[in-house]
Amino acid sequence: MQKVSLEINGKKVSREIEDHTLLSTLLRDILSLTGTHIGCDTSQCGACVVHVDGKSVKSCTLFAADIHGSKVTTIEGLANNGKMHPMQEAFKKLHGLQCGFCTPGMVMSAVDLLKNNKKPSDQEIRDWLEGNICRCTGYQNIVAAVKEAASKM
Amino acid sequence: MASSLIGSRVERKEDKKFLTGKGRYTADINLANQTYAYFVRSPHARATISKVDISKASNAPGVVKILTGDDLAKDKIGGLIAGWKIVSQDGTDMKCPPHPPLANKAVNFVGDHVAIVIAETLDQAKDAAEKVRVNYKVLKAVVNTGDALNSKAIYDGIDKNLSFDFLLGDKGKTDEAFSKADKIVKLDLVNNRLIPNAMEPRAAIGDYNSSSEELTLYTASQNPHLSRLILSAFNAVHPEHKFRIVAPDVGGGFGSKINAYAEDAVVAWASKKIERPVKWVAERSESFLSDNHGRDHVTHVELALKNDGKITAIRVDTIANLGAYALVLGTVTPTYLYAPLLVGPYDIPTACCNVKAVYTNTAPTDAYRGAGRPEATYVVERIVTEAAKEIGMDQAEFRKKNFINKFPHQQCLVHNIDSGDYHAHLDKALELSDYKNFENRRSQSSAKGKLRGIGFSTYLEACGVAPSAVVMSIGAGVGLWESAEVRFNATGNISVFTGTHSHGQSHDTTFAQIVGDRLGVPIENIDIVHGDTDKGPFGMGTYGSRSLAVGGTAIVKACDKIIEKGRKVAAKMLEAKPEDVDFKDGEFIVKNSNKKKTIGEVAFACYLPGTFGDIKSPLPEGVEPGLMETSFFDPSNFSFPAGSHICEVEVDQDTGETKVVKYTVVDDFGTVINPLIVEGQVHGGVAQGIGQALYENAHYDESGQLITASYMDYTMPRADNFPEIKLGFTSTPATSNPLGAKGCGEAGTIAAPAAVMNAVIDAIDTDISMPATSEKVCNALQKNKKNKEAA
Repeated sequence: MQKVSLEINGKKVSREIEDHTLLSTLLRDILSLTGTHIGCDTSQCGACVVHVDGKSVKSCTLFAADIHGSKVTTIEGLANNGKMHPMQEAFKKLHGLQCGFCTPGMVMSAVDLLKNNKKPSDQEIRDWLEGNICRCTGYQNIVAAVKEAASKM
Repeated sequence: MASSLIGSRVERKEDKKFLTGKGRYTADINLANQTYAYFVRSPHARATISKVDISKASNAPGVVKILTGDDLAKDKIGGLIAGWKIVSQDGTDMKCPPHPPLANKAVNFVGDHVAIVIAETLDQAKDAAEKVRVNYKVLKAVVNTGDALNSKAIYDGIDKNLSFDFLLGDKGKTDEAFSKADKIVKLDLVNNRLIPNAMEPRAAIGDYNSSSEELTLYTASQNPHLSRLILSAFNAVHPEHKFRIVAPDVGGGFGSKINAYAEDAVVAWASKKIERPVKWVAERSESFLSDNHGRDHVTHVELALKNDGKITAIRVDTIANLGAYALVLGTVTPTYLYAPLLVGPYDIPTACCNVKAVYTNTAPTDAYRGAGRPEATYVVERIVTEAAKEIGMDQAEFRKKNFINKFPHQQCLVHNIDSGDYHAHLDKALELSDYKNFENRRSQSSAKGKLRGIGFSTYLEACGVAPSAVVMSIGAGVGLWESAEVRFNATGNISVFTGTHSHGQSHDTTFAQIVGDRLGVPIENIDIVHGDTDKGPFGMGTYGSRSLAVGGTAIVKACDKIIEKGRKVAAKMLEAKPEDVDFKDGEFIVKNSNKKKTIGEVAFACYLPGTFGDIKSPLPEGVEPGLMETSFFDPSNFSFPAGSHICEVEVDQDTGETKVVKYTVVDDFGTVINPLIVEGQVHGGVAQGIGQALYENAHYDESGQLITASYMDYTMPRADNFPEIKLGFTSTPATSNPLGAKGCGEAGTIAAPAAVMNAVIDAIDTDISMPATSEKVCNALQKNKKNKEAA
């Protein structure tokens, strides 16, 4: 067991956790932030993507203890005072989600893309999102939503 | 104002919760005092079990209870069922092996359930599961679909592993047509086994309340009422009136969440035994092993032709792999949902189809998006393409020559097609895809060293499962109607209860649009409720593109009853005769006057029938208070969406890498309620169809081990696998429901595999089976090259 302190969605959090606790486990099972989803057991699906110190990461691949002191943003922390982030708005406007299960990871991943590339092409969006699997949308409206968000940010 | 809701691109009401991380899937639910379950599964494809020794595991830290097949048998928990009985052509009933939720003396596929280990934490349950000792005697597994009939029987009493030998059509007449044909075209086809892979892995939580004796099962299901019926009537887990099933937010289904699975039965039953909640969440590898798989057919097809290109008959022989057991829709999928579609959208005078369904030591198969119709469309559109080539006709021209032209059209097999215009959608697709300039594009690709090909798929499907009258006429036991309850609240807002279930289909929005349009109430004031057997009436659930055509119609009918009752009440309030009161845009208006009441005022009066001016009560004599109506709708016929897909691929001659570079779809779904949502359904469906054609394959080795059991091995289509898909629509409304809706959820998956494979084969000029992976295409090109050099 060890103590880990993080800033999660702007709030300071400290917990005693087992050494092998994954960040995704800390978020979902200990802090009840269930917006971060687990869709596979091989770090392939991307449903668990969150931001650690501003960068998108698959939270199922990180030990929570290894990022002690970091700032974490999850899907629950993306909206600002109840106003959805432009990426969330764009997904809604262009029907970039259906069942909603891959959506949190997809949105968090896409937000990070726009930090790196303000006006990505379709192909750049598709390449960036290669690590996020969606079974519902065929990705077309997701790509359109990311472009829409880029035009608004 | 109100009528503009139909056909409007309304943004989804359900999106905000999903976008802000507030969706509530089964795995997100945690109950006080809950325990965690882990299943011991068979590592062998086929084995007998002499002993399950739980003594060591029972003493492991944190273990609460371990239960096996013996415990299940002692409690008389029944086996999992096949929902539809199929009768063989010799008149005998299909044969089904016993399917206990936990193995009793034998396991029949890798992943088959042996025991449930329940502990205080998941880690403890997993650790203890490793200490369960199972004495297996491993037997030789039967794996391949094509070999099953010639293999030693897996089950006593099921000779040749044959469940049933189903025949549809007129064999004599068809054989005669073949004997008179100018030309006969033949193909051998494999429809590859797929794994549905909804992104939310299955999950179930059993929660027994020993005080009220109520059992609640939270489960990722497409049809909670149907699951409750099965689990209470056949598995005897708990009486139906004390049994609640909640299917909260469900992360995709695609058919894989229709069955009441072994895990559902076992966690529900186990919760009763330990009187604590029992939570199980599948790991993805468990989903790969134990979710129902889809497709898996081996088919020989023959088409009889006249020299002018007119099709005179089709003859199909299929071996369908049921896997180890017959599931809920496992037997109806390769029969009633498959065989009737084998004449496609073509006017074919006679047809005959034989399906032999076999058992193997693989995961059971069941409905997967399209369920039988993708398999049928693949057969028809591949052979039709081959025929056009052999006759030397243009692909579009050949299809047009054979299309059904007049509606209604009684097909030679089963379906009576009420409406359609197949020339219209094909013409539109030819235009949108710039078909006339294809050869230029082929030359341009060639200049880059790439092989370009084009493929067509003009599909016809049958949706809105399942009109009782039609399916009973061809031997199915029951049809599938749908329910709705429209409940005005006193303050004028509306709760709508539907027996369908949304797991991505956007019912909250589409159904609200229908109700808003019908009753003239803003959609913000309409709540669609589904997924809880304690709320709303029994319903059949969501699959087979039925929610709108069947469930939506039940909602319309309940709305119409509301209007009729409201009219009587409004008439009394307005001191007019009911027949003089019109209803429009949410208002009851006395003809030729400005006297009116809003439907909200009428609803309030129905619940609080006090004094209104001079009127003592607004309720006419004999009219009960309240304003809620229920409707159960059983359609008179299937609905028949149709459309044209045109695919272009480019193949790298050195690596075999095949990319879809242009994809055009024109669908006729009848009336479209929300184009934004319908387009999304088509995109997703096409992606799954392209996935089957180019990437996905469930591969078992000869011992029955699933080789593709993770996302490292099973190729899920990713964002960079697709070009932008171009969509168009035509519309001939369905006549079997008042909405004119035909259904759109599965069309993409039904049509796309044939379009893609026809394009690949056109590009490489050699036959190849799905999925056309780089390796297979590369090998085919090499072989082609050698053959040409030798010639």
